Amino acid sequence: MTERLDGPQAPGDDIPAAGAPSGPIETRSAPAPAARVDSSTPHRLGPSPRMAVFFLLPAVLLLGAWVVYPIIYSIFRSLFDSTGDRFVGLGNYGSIFTDSATLTTIRNNVIWVVVAPLIVTVLGLIFAVLTERIRWATAFKLILFMPMAVSLLAAGVIFRLVYEQDPDKGVANAVITAVHDTFSSSAGYPGARPRENDQAPAAVQSGAVVTKQQVQAGQPVLIPLVGLSPDVVKDAAPAKAAPAGGVSGTVWLDVVRGGGGTLNQIDPQEKGLAGITVEAVSGGAVKGTAETAADGSFHFAGLPAGSYVVRLPQSNFQAPFNGITWLGPGLITPAIIGAYIWVWAGFAMVLIAAGLSAIPRDALEAARIDGATEWQVFRRITVPLLTPVLLVVFVTMIINVLKVFDLVFIIAPGSVQPQANVIALEMWRVSFGGGGNQGMGSALAIFLLVLVLPFMIFNIRRFRRDER
Amino acid sequence: MTTLTEPGSAQRIERGLLGRVVDRLGGGVVQVLLVLVAVFWLVPTLGLLVVSLRGEVENNASGWWTLFTKPAQVTFENYGNLLAAGFSSSFWNTVFITVPATLLVIGIAAMAAYAFAWIEFPGRDAVFLVVVALLVVPVQIALIPIAKMYGFLGIFGSIAAVVLFHVAFGLPFAIFLLRNFFAGIPRELLEAARMDGAQEWRIFATVVFPLAKPAIASLGIFQFLWVWNDLLVSLVFADTENQPMTKALQSQMRQFGTNVDILAPGAFLSLIIPLVLFFAFQRYFVQGMLAGSVK
Repeated sequence: MTERLDGPQAPGDDIPAAGAPSGPIETRSAPAPAARVDSSTPHRLGPSPRMAVFFLLPAVLLLGAWVVYPIIYSIFRSLFDSTGDRFVGLGNYGSIFTDSATLTTIRNNVIWVVVAPLIVTVLGLIFAVLTERIRWATAFKLILFMPMAVSLLAAGVIFRLVYEQDPDKGVANAVITAVHDTFSSSAGYPGARPRENDQAPAAVQSGAVVTKQQVQAGQPVLIPLVGLSPDVVKDAAPAKAAPAGGVSGTVWLDVVRGGGGTLNQIDPQEKGLAGITVEAVSGGAVKGTAETAADGSFHFAGLPAGSYVVRLPQSNFQAPFNGITWLGPGLITPAIIGAYIWVWAGFAMVLIAAGLSAIPRDALEAARIDGATEWQVFRRITVPLLTPVLLVVFVTMIINVLKVFDLVFIIAPGSVQPQANVIALEMWRVSFGGGGNQGMGSALAIFLLVLVLPFMIFNIRRFRRDER
Repeated sequence: MTTLTEPGSAQRIERGLLGRVVDRLGGGVVQVLLVLVAVFWLVPTLGLLVVSLRGEVENNASGWWTLFTKPAQVTFENYGNLLAAGFSSSFWNTVFITVPATLLVIGIAAMAAYAFAWIEFPGRDAVFLVVVALLVVPVQIALIPIAKMYGFLGIFGSIAAVVLFHVAFGLPFAIFLLRNFFAGIPRELLEAARMDGAQEWRIFATVVFPLAKPAIASLGIFQFLWVWNDLLVSLVFADTENQPMTKALQSQMRQFGTNVDILAPGAFLSLIIPLVLFFAFQRYFVQGMLAGSVK
């Protein structure tokens, strides 16, 4: 985790840390006495200012050389070209906003900033409010909070496994295909087709299988198909001729394992194809729909007399639904944001729950006695009283999201990284990951610093207000 | 709703039968919903653990959840292979980076925080505002300049290079957290010690440091987790022989599909120590977070 929780650390006077487990840390809620010289003390007992230099020296040296100096250096370095020999002015900044690759990173960062902090904060609020109603709240909080302790690299590996395309490997697609299959018949038989000869009673017409002859009521239709391995249907019921009466028929796999059998006739060893959609078509319009039973037979109920062709629409022969391509170029950013929410929702929940426990119960109680509904209490009292905490969580998440690096780097496969790219990753890529352009890298780093600048000012303002 | 049933709320309003039924149902819905959420949060990590315990062939053939119907698949072969491939050296690199980086931050930040909280010196508030400002500086800003500086000093790629970077970027948060805590220590305690003629060093070591143990524990666990879990800093500054686990695993990401048998156990090994620490010290973890963000 290169990201820090260092959002608005400035203390919020309005929300005491009453939710924290009791500990001396709360004694800080007393106003910091050291901040002011106590004028009532006749002489200062304190040490000389020279002592301060001694105590501060290691920190000042490290912060000066590792944090402050690099900011100044980067500003100058960003005005030079990749080798640092030629002054290019604001040229590097110009290319940030003209190069299509960096424009993609900016677009992605905008998506991140708009979507992720809001979802994390709202989820945190919902969970914090709901956990007040369950007895196992501590266990729930621990479970949601746990990802905070895990490295973003490990979280990335975890979600690469979750998002595997193959529903037999990735749990996300396994669940989605399972749900999909319960709600729609997915008895797809990809590859099944009629024989291509004159004796075959049906032929392929624009993807669908259609009978060659008009079908009359009382004459069961035979639609033999091939192109499937008998292994696919080895557990299916044996094919049976449909009983005469109305328009009916059988769809079956006209193949006998090991050879033999009569072409276009139902042999005892041959299997019916279940779950195939069958349409009765007359004059180009579908007049009736049926589905084949386990033995492959179908029967159109209540079809007016007349002649029809029987059609097996193309959907029967499409490959089964195989889940969502999470890690493809289209969905990669939402997929990574999903992993981000998994990591950070617990953080938001714990902070908001602490704020929630600091709300005076009397206020809520009074409103309930006055007949307010739970929703009104939540909307009119809880949320307004929580606003400072919600703001802190939201701003912390924005700062964090602006610097998002590890999750994108790990979850996005190499081939879609250009589509998933964000500023922090592009900065590393262009300066160390093969780009070799430190002028551009410095410009991107300064750009990132400029983006967090408003929040730096926000922090300082809060801090000064709270110290006063 | 729990507050309604609390003892003492004598004048709680009489709710109609309908209202109570809705409440009861609502309670049930909330329970189910939160159980689902908890499962949703647990399953991904569980998947990583199970994948790490299955052989390469099984992982390619079927989903990890089939382990629960066929427990015979469990094998520690992946872990054995990982250690045989020299992963333990990157484990020790992680330790050698994390422990000094944590201890140094605590020591240096405690000294600075003491000065900010208890020593009067000109410009103190302004300097502390700089520390507050530095809280949000992204590490990206320092990667290029510090790489140059390390090259000049001849320490690029070493463990010390990574440690120093982590210490510097850990300081703003650490100083902020400890200074706020120190400022809350009753002034009389320090005055008394000063009256007794104790040296500033002694006061720091014998009065302030012991009192600040909870805050130091919070800071320690935060810094430990940040450094242990870092990827970016070691990606830039650690060379292959000094790389921590995160960097070692990242280098295997390119062939994710074929390297799952390395990545899954490796990722699990890298997260087990933070997880144990987290569960052991979660009280301090939450305290530190509240102190750092909301106070």
